[in-house]
Amino acid sequence: MNPDATPMQPLIAVEDVHTYYGKSHILHGVSLHVERGEVVGLLGRNGVGKSTTLKTIMGLVRPSRGKVLFAGNPISGLPAHKLARLGIGYVPEDRRIFRLLTVMENLRTGLDRHGVTEARKQELLDKAFAYFPVLAERRNQAGGTLSGGEQQMLAIARAMMLEPKIILLDEPTEGLMPRMVSQIRQIIDVLQREGVAILLVEQNVPLTLEASERIYIMEKGVVRHHAASSDLQVNDAVIHQYLGV
Amino acid sequence: MGIEQILAAIPWETIIIQTVNGIVTGMILALIASGLTLIFGIMDVVNFAHGELFMLGAYIGVVVMATSGNFWLALIIATLVVALLGAALQITTLRPLLGRDPLTTILATFGISLVLQNYALWQFGPVARKIQEPFTGYFTLFYLEYPWYRLLIAALSAAIIGAFWLFLKYGKYGIWIRATTQDRVMAQAMGIPVPWVHTGAFAIGAGMAAASGVLFGPLVAAMPAMGVDWILKAFIVVVVGGMGSLGGSIAASIFISLLEAYASIWVSPAQAGIVSFVVLILTLLFRPTGLFVPTPK
Repeated sequence: MNPDATPMQPLIAVEDVHTYYGKSHILHGVSLHVERGEVVGLLGRNGVGKSTTLKTIMGLVRPSRGKVLFAGNPISGLPAHKLARLGIGYVPEDRRIFRLLTVMENLRTGLDRHGVTEARKQELLDKAFAYFPVLAERRNQAGGTLSGGEQQMLAIARAMMLEPKIILLDEPTEGLMPRMVSQIRQIIDVLQREGVAILLVEQNVPLTLEASERIYIMEKGVVRHHAASSDLQVNDAVIHQYLGV
Repeated sequence: MGIEQILAAIPWETIIIQTVNGIVTGMILALIASGLTLIFGIMDVVNFAHGELFMLGAYIGVVVMATSGNFWLALIIATLVVALLGAALQITTLRPLLGRDPLTTILATFGISLVLQNYALWQFGPVARKIQEPFTGYFTLFYLEYPWYRLLIAALSAAIIGAFWLFLKYGKYGIWIRATTQDRVMAQAMGIPVPWVHTGAFAIGAGMAAASGVLFGPLVAAMPAMGVDWILKAFIVVVVGGMGSLGGSIAASIFISLLEAYASIWVSPAQAGIVSFVVLILTLLFRPTGLFVPTPK
């Protein structure tokens, strides 16, 4: 599969995806797409299926109907590790740091891939440590001993080690103090400047509107609204209707 | 009789001899239990066939010894063959059961253990077969002629466990194994081919069981049911050490083996086996997370 063979296709296209957890029907035909290098926000109340959408793209949950395409190639049904190698990075809601692994070892889980030279590994590490100096300081510390904000940085840095074309970012600012939130905000910009697309799930509406180019709003397992961020305001009627803020 | 008199009644030579004995058995047990812990930690599979992998290792050792006469060749071939067999077993029987009720994997591995035991019975017969030790020298330990080979077993087991630990700590695949053990889903999302990591871990565990079978072969003898006693003890060690904790099971192996060795100063070795069960029960009652792991927060 050559992701660059079909440049006209969106990087990620989710087409009418239905997902179940056991018997409960979570996604009722979700469709969305993300272009190369684009930051797209996915908003909605708790439990409308935002995280499940990300998990479905990542291959962690199998859709019972519908398709997920990566650069035009169907990827639903592929195991997650193949998707990670194709260039999909995943930063889950609860961060899921390998708690007993050191910061360095956490990063190595994404670095020790076939065909990455030592020089390239060092380059990627240097870049991550430049963005997150605190990780360099704590490189030999167990991941579980980091603070919530540091764990979030590690989770993002770890996904960056895969040299992804897109990062699925699930509530990166949840539970963080304001200073950390603005740091995460900056990192989103940095990633975008490097051409990494981001599908951003957030509860923080102002941040999402500011960081994203387009917004999808979900309700009860479907996308209800789709607009350019510039067409939405924080106190928009649409936002009120679906998010109640 | 006061406690001092009791202590004075024990000859200190006996204590030292039993300490050496305890460490030797403890290292073999640690080698078996490490594989068992590795497999349990990463796949949540309680491998009831582990004792039979140990037994097969001993038998392959017997066969290679009979044809080549070289103990070291026997050790290496048995380890590799059983590791490959372990990989094949994992792919065919455990991989399809991943994520199902743990009972299914218990039944599957129990089934494998019965098949392997009866295969050995059919192939080699009920007669015990001894492996010739690589050297037969003795040294004088107080009033005993103590075989050097026993010390070699302890040293080799420690070396294998040490190499395994280094591999887990620094090796690329070692990090994959630890990451997968901690969070299977996230490991997969980081591009780690989890199904193959499982297979590899099972193969390593199987190979370590086989190596301990060959190392221990000269002391006991290869028998179709030889795995049964060891697996029971290895299970106790894994529980006492804190399920899935490698360091914990190694510490527990030495601890329990030492206790049994000391107990057999007073009672017969068969009765001394009760000690491990007592430790198991006390652990389950008072510290069910394991004796040798930090208190969970």
